[in-house]
Amino acid sequence: MDYLNAIVALTNFVLIPATAYGAQLALGALGVTLIYGILRFSNFAHGDTMAFGTMATIGATVVLQSWGVSFGPLPTALLALPFGIAATIGLVLLTDAGVYRFYRTQKAAPVIFVIVSMGVMFIMNGLVRILIGPDDRRFADGERFIISAREFKEMTGLREGLALKTTQGITIVVAVLVVAMLFYFLNRTRTGKSMRAYSDNEDLALLSGINPERVVMVTWMIVATLATIAGVLYGLDKSFKPFTYFQLLLPIFASAVVGGLGNPLGAIFGGFLIAYSEVLITYAWKKVLVYTLPDALEPTGLVQLLSTDYKFAVSFALLVIVLLFKPTGLFKGKSV
Amino acid sequence: MKKLLMATALTAVTATTAFAGGHGKEVKLGIILGFTGPLESLAQQMAGGAEAAIEEVTASGMLLDAAKVTGVRADSTCIDAAAATAAAERLVTSDKVDGIMGADCSGVTGAILSNVALANGTVMISPSATSPGLSTAEDNGLFFRTAPSDARQGVVMTDVLLEEGINEVALTYTNNDYGKGLADAFQTAFEAAGGTVTISAAHEDGKADYSAEVGALASAGGDRLVVAGYVDQGGSGIVRAALDSGAFDTFHFPDGMISDALVENFGSEIDGSTGQNPGTDSPGAMKYAELIGDKFNPTSPFSAESYDAAALIMLAMQAADSKDPSDYKDHVMDVANAPGIEIFPGELGKALELIKAGEEIDYVGASAVELIGPGESAGNYRQITFEGGELKVVKYR
Repeated sequence: MDYLNAIVALTNFVLIPATAYGAQLALGALGVTLIYGILRFSNFAHGDTMAFGTMATIGATVVLQSWGVSFGPLPTALLALPFGIAATIGLVLLTDAGVYRFYRTQKAAPVIFVIVSMGVMFIMNGLVRILIGPDDRRFADGERFIISAREFKEMTGLREGLALKTTQGITIVVAVLVVAMLFYFLNRTRTGKSMRAYSDNEDLALLSGINPERVVMVTWMIVATLATIAGVLYGLDKSFKPFTYFQLLLPIFASAVVGGLGNPLGAIFGGFLIAYSEVLITYAWKKVLVYTLPDALEPTGLVQLLSTDYKFAVSFALLVIVLLFKPTGLFKGKSV
Repeated sequence: MKKLLMATALTAVTATTAFAGGHGKEVKLGIILGFTGPLESLAQQMAGGAEAAIEEVTASGMLLDAAKVTGVRADSTCIDAAAATAAAERLVTSDKVDGIMGADCSGVTGAILSNVALANGTVMISPSATSPGLSTAEDNGLFFRTAPSDARQGVVMTDVLLEEGINEVALTYTNNDYGKGLADAFQTAFEAAGGTVTISAAHEDGKADYSAEVGALASAGGDRLVVAGYVDQGGSGIVRAALDSGAFDTFHFPDGMISDALVENFGSEIDGSTGQNPGTDSPGAMKYAELIGDKFNPTSPFSAESYDAAALIMLAMQAADSKDPSDYKDHVMDVANAPGIEIFPGELGKALELIKAGEEIDYVGASAVELIGPGESAGNYRQITFEGGELKVVKYR
């Protein structure tokens, strides 16, 4: 019986990766949910907005690195982030002026917006591939680990290693900061309040003198910022590949829907729920049980609830169950 | 306008007569590879290989009646059977190709074979589809491959690992025909030889996060992690997550993982890992490298096999004295195997001349082609290892 090793193994293979992944999903889902809440459509171009933001950040990172600028032990990409955000804000505002505004003035049905956003998705998809290419790209520099598995083993003398990557640490810290700032903005500032008012009741908001175009602009700017941060954090932690960002759309939407589309708190909760359920339900408990159970009870099999093939089935089954019982999501989002 | 119409009509008539004649002045080869998708970093070098063979034959002016051979590229996507079928359909019905070099991945190759090649009677030679399932697929003698079946690779992998003194491994594979086929072949061979596979877990390609897979693999344990995946896809994601979490230090990589990208991605982090991919120390590989020069990397996986696949189609045409697939399909095995004069890369012109003179040839090519059983390569592998952040060839088997 060795509880310490069991806890370390569980932390290393479940808690840390799932928390970092959950934070990345939550930031992505926040962007989706804001668009849904305020502009009232599901933005399928979100994954590719993330890819564009990350690409712009990578570009700025390369320029910074060529000037010899670095951020000490932290990745240079963090310094380049503002440039990436600015570029992405420019792109989404252009898209809005060129595409979405046309449909907004026509008061088009949400389903038209969804299809339009798919068109935007394909164009951004192509744009990113033309500019940076379809290849896998790693742009994390600086110190790779806060603590690596080998160091941890030497330090503690335990059999199990515990690795905490710098990027995982950064992901969690940045996600907390961004979420805190977003909630402060939405709940405490005048612009944030007018956004919520517009989201709750468009006509009433117009009557009380809120400028809708301004609300839309600010929303896009926040969404572009969130998308870029989420994309860069994900890219730092894993790697940047346009195709994967496109695929990220699924878990992100699952997170936003489970939490309740249009509800920021729900998006965060949904992100972590999806990440944890993917990892926990398919985890093979053998290692942990070998440490915790007496020898006689030691498992011979893998003690795996579901094989990892069913990872995505888990998150979508969760989605279906939640929608069956709470059609607007766990945190009562806007009705569909 | 009238003139233009006339001209178009005339051209169309001439073109039709040419096709009807069988001995056209033009031979078209479809090159269907995954230019986008999980194998996109290999596809360019593979297409380059096939096109090198095509250029060589055209330049020699020896094929049929000094026919000009052109390659028509199409995208198999590697994973999307519907898209690959549509692309192949286009090659056959609209571009009217006389044979297909491809496809690359096993799943789409099977789909194209059953939906397009069989229905239209087109010969297909795949340079890289290695699923054991294709050995028994119904093909009416139209399907060949210059790549070996993975049943053979499973045995080679077992030998490599056991010689390294490793008899307990965890296994993960990409969830498709290639991955599943190879994983099963390996597991059977490894367990028959007394080894233990602690877990055999699938992973999906192109997904956001692989911590769940790595968690399960680490829990099952093993001396080495066998990654039967794609280097441009989930395979690298798994390796990255396994290294970062300290779950595994060394890996074993089958052919889908071995590429320059693997070394670029991981460098010295995967020192001590092993792997194997189709390859040979026959002089053909060297001659192929000389022939290609700096145009692209000729040692890229399946590039040599692609050259050979395209060459075999054209040599078989010459042997049958026809570009009709139903005529030349029976000659593919003849030109590929002994007896006859050995033919290496760069000697296609000579080979065509010999065939015309009625001599037998034994096409060795860039990858030491030897077709066995249902028309697949017998299989030569190179065993590799990683040292100091570089890929080193240990030996050939």
